[in-house]
Amino acid sequence: MPNRKLTVRNDQSWELDRVPLLEEEIFRKRIIEEVRSGGRIANFFVCPEHNGDARLFALIAHDEQSKLALYSFKVQKDAPFFKSLTPELPQAQAFEREIAEQCQARPDGHPWLKPLRKRMSPGAGFFRAKGEEIHELAVGPVHAGIIEPGHFRFQCHGEKILNLEIQLGYQHRGIETMMQEVLPERRMLLAESIAGDTVIGHALAYCGAMESLSGCHVSPRAEALRAVALELERLANHTGDLGALSGDIGFLPAAAYFGRLRGEFLNLLMELTGNRYGRSFCRPGGVLFDMDATMIDGFRRHLLKAQDQIREVCTLFFTKPSVLSRLENVGIVSSEMVKQWGFVGPTARAAGCARDVRIDHAYGMYRFHQIPISLAESGDVYSRAMIRWLESQRSIDLLLELFERMPKGDLLRPPGPLKDRSMALSIVEGWRGEIIHVAVTGARSQIARYKIKDPSFNNWMAVSLAVCGAQVSDFPLCNKSFNLSYAGHDL
Amino acid sequence: MWQILKNRFKQGHRTCRYPEEKPVFPERFRGRPITPGVDMGTSLFNEGAEQVQYSTEYRMAASKREDLILDPNERKLVSALDDKMKRLFGRSLKLREVCAGSCNGCDSEIQALGNVVFDLARFGIEFVASPRHADGLLITGPVTRNMEEALLKTYEAVPEPKIVIAVGACAISGGPFTGSPQTRNGVEGLIPIDLYIPGCPPHPLTILDGLLGLLGRLEKPHETH
Repeated sequence: MPNRKLTVRNDQSWELDRVPLLEEEIFRKRIIEEVRSGGRIANFFVCPEHNGDARLFALIAHDEQSKLALYSFKVQKDAPFFKSLTPELPQAQAFEREIAEQCQARPDGHPWLKPLRKRMSPGAGFFRAKGEEIHELAVGPVHAGIIEPGHFRFQCHGEKILNLEIQLGYQHRGIETMMQEVLPERRMLLAESIAGDTVIGHALAYCGAMESLSGCHVSPRAEALRAVALELERLANHTGDLGALSGDIGFLPAAAYFGRLRGEFLNLLMELTGNRYGRSFCRPGGVLFDMDATMIDGFRRHLLKAQDQIREVCTLFFTKPSVLSRLENVGIVSSEMVKQWGFVGPTARAAGCARDVRIDHAYGMYRFHQIPISLAESGDVYSRAMIRWLESQRSIDLLLELFERMPKGDLLRPPGPLKDRSMALSIVEGWRGEIIHVAVTGARSQIARYKIKDPSFNNWMAVSLAVCGAQVSDFPLCNKSFNLSYAGHDL
Repeated sequence: MWQILKNRFKQGHRTCRYPEEKPVFPERFRGRPITPGVDMGTSLFNEGAEQVQYSTEYRMAASKREDLILDPNERKLVSALDDKMKRLFGRSLKLREVCAGSCNGCDSEIQALGNVVFDLARFGIEFVASPRHADGLLITGPVTRNMEEALLKTYEAVPEPKIVIAVGACAISGGPFTGSPQTRNGVEGLIPIDLYIPGCPPHPLTILDGLLGLLGRLEKPHETH
């Protein structure tokens, strides 16, 4: 038993005792083997124990085989360190920095162990290039636009970026700790506020964890309605991103049209849920609002119109030479980088890596309605923009297909108490990529640990890599092409 | 070129007729609560919250914190700036937005104000990059410990006289993060606030109504419906 691995599935829960507890050496060897054989570190986090020890869990995903494996090992209180995985597996870097910040366990040999969310003293701890004509550029936390705070430190030679270091943490609100302390009703509201543009994505991940911990099965109708909301969220954000990209390169007609289309998708969400971002819709056990025949009909008509308009505006956008020359070969993230650093979502798919939770670890309605994966090859800004267009089309197709035959069933089946001493895993493909929530319970339905991983947590490194060697003036465009969440990263 | 013009023609004019025409909201929209005694400054406008009932009324902004608590007998209005301030800002207001720990919901709605539908610029209100070019701040988020200093510095960089607007439940009271040791439960007590715009997040028109009310730009500001 102790040497075996625990194979788990999405939206499943298991007793904590079943997770193999390995020796550190064996754990390390297994993780490295798994990643070398095509796996990736989907999650790596700490559960502090009462006696001061720390138990570290690693979730390894083999996406092509739809497999997930879980391993753990313990770091003792009186020897609070472990050998860092980062030198062998760079994708562990942010996870290990997070672990070092959340408990006493220190990853020895981590090449760049600096705060992830804690405050850094200004000026200290940044990589510095030296030489004649090298200059440093510091931007943020308060940026020029209406965006979230973060600090960007560029090392430049003339207009060329040699290195970019991104320091976040300004948005840290302490959500994970709060999830362990507040009442269940409040937990739901917190889950909806992890990232305000991914309300449905995070709400669904939270609901999935709670449902599997209480053995609650959601009705097919509620599952279908959840998929409707999740795809509307994706549509609103993808069209919004295309608009923002158009705006950044000064192609204003498309910026205006995409901006309006984004608003129309948000308005559909408002019609369904009473809020433009879908708050108060997903609840453990189902959803709070239904769609009647008239609403379905109205949505269908809206979507058909939007389908035409997206095609028109995208044709306008993607065929203009002046647009293409700004998007192509800028901010390249190759498939090697994706594999090495464990990027997810549209960033991975734009580099030809087929990673999509809706297909690899299908959940809810996606078990019955297969959504074709959207892929591009070049990994540049153009590809990431193109992925948004492709996925928007697929989302509309899926919604129209769902509206043809909405299944029947209860809206809400209130879940019972949570299982004791268990762990639940819930993964959702949000519009930015893979959202993972892990809940660990103690005794009497108490949440002992709640771990949230937003796709931005994996992908911020991609922004740094993409702009290396690029012009400073290309940074806003590159950054926009990822459009990562600061709040989702900082929690 | 022809394609752009053709598209432009097809898209037509999309800016909403607000404030000349009253906007219409869907039936499920959770606007101003009906239940008396509700504090809009802490409300997350969520379904099933202690039996709170909502109307589809979008106008919710207030000039004083206590005016956000619903009084069944009286509807408190946003009071316009005094004449001197109105002369300065009434026809041209430049704001600097500071996100101090928000989930990005409020910021997305503020950003949406700039799109063709709401077209904030037609009212002479614009967002600027530097606080030194700004007449005031628009603040979102519960003010995290890590953003407190940056927010204060930004505030200090805005030249006098300046106005401060708190947008969303977090900035007003801490919102869902109330009580977290990592935040300071909103802007209150840190810098003086001139306008409160409640919501989670507030609808763009709720924000716009608050801004125009503050500038005294709404003809018949708040007749009861």
